[in-house]
Amino acid sequence: MMGVILFAIFATAAIACAINLVLQRHPVTSALSLIGVMGSLAVLYLLLGAEFIAAVQLIVYAGAIMVLFLFVIMLLNAGEERKIPGKSMVSKLIGLPVFVLFLGVVAYLIQTQYTHAGSPVEFDAFTGGGPREVGMALFTTYLLPFEVTSVLILIAILGAIVLARKEID
Amino acid sequence: MTGLSLTTIGLGHYLALSAALMLIGTVGVLTRRNVVVILMSVELILNAVNINLIAFSKHLGQLHGQVFAIFVIAVAVAEAAVGLGILIALYRNKGTVNADEVDLLKW
Repeated sequence: MMGVILFAIFATAAIACAINLVLQRHPVTSALSLIGVMGSLAVLYLLLGAEFIAAVQLIVYAGAIMVLFLFVIMLLNAGEERKIPGKSMVSKLIGLPVFVLFLGVVAYLIQTQYTHAGSPVEFDAFTGGGPREVGMALFTTYLLPFEVTSVLILIAILGAIVLARKEID
Repeated sequence: MTGLSLTTIGLGHYLALSAALMLIGTVGVLTRRNVVVILMSVELILNAVNINLIAFSKHLGQLHGQVFAIFVIAVAVAEAAVGLGILIALYRNKGTVNADEVDLLKW
C-alpha cells in the first residue's frame, strides 16, 4: 500500500513538473521544473529497488547537468521567449486528434499487453540494485562498454572545450 | 484482470508514466523555440527511456537494465556537454538562442 501511495505522489509530481517545463516561458523556471522531474524519478527508482541508479540520478542529473544548464542560461542571459503569432491553427487542428489517437493506442497496448505480466512491483522488495551488484556487472560482463564510455566522455570533453573556446586570431 | 490496477503497482503503470514523459518531451522539442529548453526536453526523453529500462530490470529480476541505464546517463551527460558547447558557439556567432532565427542551413 505504501508503494502505491508513493508511486501516485511522485509519478504525478514528475508529470506535473514535466508539463510545467514545456509550458513555462522563462528558461530558469524550466530548469527548476526539470530538477523536480529528476528528483521524483529518483524516488521512483528507489521504489524499483535501483538504489545506485537513484543516487546517480540525483548526483549526475540534478547535480551536474542542471548546474551546467543554469550556467549556460546565466551566461547567455536568456530572457523570456516571445510568442510567435499566427500559424498555430493548423498545428492545433492536426495535432490534437493525433495526440488523442496516440494516447488511445498507448492505453490500449498497455491494457492488453502488460497487465498480467508477472508479479506486482512492491515497495522495498527488490534486492540487487545496490552499488556492489551494479559494480560487479559493470566491471565483469560490461567491462568493454564501460571502457568505451570513458573514450566517449573524453571526446565529449574535448568537443565541449573546442566548441566553447574563444577564437584566438 | 483488465486495465491498470489501483491496488498494486505493476509494470504497466511504469510504462504509462514513461510514455507520458516521452510524449511531453517530444512536444517540448517540437514546440519550443529556445534551444536551452529543447535540450532540456531531450533530457526528459532520455529519462523516460531510463524508467522503462529500470522497470523491466525489476520485472525480469535481472540487473542488465540498470547497467544499461547507467550507460544512458553517461551518454546524456556527454550530449548535454557538447550541446551546450554548440549553443555557446552559436550565441557567440549569431547572437541568439532562438531556433527559428538560426536558418543557415535552410534552403
